[in-house]
Amino acid sequence: MVDSLPAHAPAPAPAHARHRRGTIERTLASVSDVMERSLYAEELAHRPGLLQGLDPRAKLVSLIALLVAVALSHSLLVIAMLYLFALGLAWRSSLPIETFTTRVWLFLPFFTGILVLPALFLTPGPVFISLTPGIAITRTGVQSAAFLLLRVSTSVSLATLLVLTSAWNDLLKALSFLRIPDTIILVLGMTYRYIHLLLITADDMFLSRKSRVVGHLSNAAERRMVGASAGVLLEKSLQLSGEVYLAMQSRGFRGYSHRATAIPMQRRDWLGLTVALGATAVAIWLGR
Amino acid sequence: MDETIFDLRQVCYSYPPQFVALEDITLSVLAGERVAVLGSNGCGKSTLLKLLDGLYFATAGAVQAFGQSLTEAAFDDDRFNFAFRRRVGLVFQDSDVQLFSPSVWDEVAFAPLQMDLEIDEVQARVNEALSALRIERLRDRPPHRLSGGEKRRVALATVLALKPEVWLLDEPTAGLDPRSQSWLVDFMAAQGEAGKTVVTATHDLSIVDAIADRVFVIGEDHRLAALGTPQEILSDHALLESCNLIHSHRHRHLESGLLHSHPHKPLLAHEHTHD
Repeated sequence: MVDSLPAHAPAPAPAHARHRRGTIERTLASVSDVMERSLYAEELAHRPGLLQGLDPRAKLVSLIALLVAVALSHSLLVIAMLYLFALGLAWRSSLPIETFTTRVWLFLPFFTGILVLPALFLTPGPVFISLTPGIAITRTGVQSAAFLLLRVSTSVSLATLLVLTSAWNDLLKALSFLRIPDTIILVLGMTYRYIHLLLITADDMFLSRKSRVVGHLSNAAERRMVGASAGVLLEKSLQLSGEVYLAMQSRGFRGYSHRATAIPMQRRDWLGLTVALGATAVAIWLGR
Repeated sequence: MDETIFDLRQVCYSYPPQFVALEDITLSVLAGERVAVLGSNGCGKSTLLKLLDGLYFATAGAVQAFGQSLTEAAFDDDRFNFAFRRRVGLVFQDSDVQLFSPSVWDEVAFAPLQMDLEIDEVQARVNEALSALRIERLRDRPPHRLSGGEKRRVALATVLALKPEVWLLDEPTAGLDPRSQSWLVDFMAAQGEAGKTVVTATHDLSIVDAIADRVFVIGEDHRLAALGTPQEILSDHALLESCNLIHSHRHRHLESGLLHSHPHKPLLAHEHTHD
């Protein structure tokens, strides 16, 4: 009888519900994770630090220059030095080094590692380690793999530095420095802004669904629910885009965007840019 | 004679394929007037404001603003579009719709930049709007990190930076806490006192007295049900009840035990007595 349950005691969940995280819980956890990461990134971008204090245009141009240096260098030592340079900048910018390195090295084996694995065996060259007769890891293969892994990790680290030390809005403004059309920058900004709104909407939708689900949903029911939710979210986003366009028209938008003239860079921004370009030149010369 | 800002003659509007939103609306708004458009949810208030702002175009009848017809062809002319948008500002019901830029500063600067104003003028207008709405501290914040009340203030600032002659406000107090509501009513009253024309769509009867000199009521049949002063409209309970703006319900008086039904007037609870 329901009356026999104490008011404060939650009803015992069925065994399968206790042990299995369903689609609803996984989706909610993912949405929450994305929002937390976004919040954390914004918090890092506003910390006092070396790179946070620089103009995003200087950082963007420096990043591109250093990426070119990483790509052109034929010396593992030079690329390793550039990686250490990135780590040093992360440290001086008050970024948590452990998180910074984990973010790069945790995912690297999954993407680049899979790519370099065949190269270890297939690249012709002197044998480095012989596994079985006819199958050996070559010295040239190891060298190629090391180059690729180090290049990718250094490039990703540099790009991560830029993203973690700049507010999204500032990065968008920096893009106009590269002569990217204002309308494209406007669309990128709106995309980022409305992803958050749709995430909140998705979160509300799945929470509302969770509050009405008792027990276990079959896989087919979960698939139907996810499909229906995706459809509703798409419809909402279409409605929203129509209304947003009206709001833009209402304030004078006529198909092309105008942005405020950029504020000139300060002396320290030019200094930072000069250091980065100098490091690039030295890296290219040493690694030629 | 007062200048007519908006003049609507037998206006109809239908959403495709055939959902009627407004039917046979005839009304006019004079310069400097404070007008409330009352109606229940879904009666067509928001559609009416979008017609007045030249975002939708009448499917029948004629809409004129400042003596000129509001048609798609008229807005294709950049000069007309430019002049009209400078004079009329619309605050949308859903602030999230209105806040599409990555930061509050960019949002408030959007309209002045579209108006091709000099950058110094843009900055001055943005600072002025942020200061008037007491949201300077939010200038670098992204809109998704704002509370509902803050979003509404930023939405108002985006229009204030335009310095429009005409304000169109769609359910401006909806979803706000009492302090923000009170502040917003004061803000709208100040715009009216400054000589601006203010048209507010709402179903919140408690603010009508404070924000309007004249009231249009739209019925659930999407037609103009009545127009008059706030006192005339708010005292007509039969009209308000028929337009779903107040409701009747039964309640019992504790002392007398009398059980009866009566309509709820604006802000009236059960503080009435019976002989």
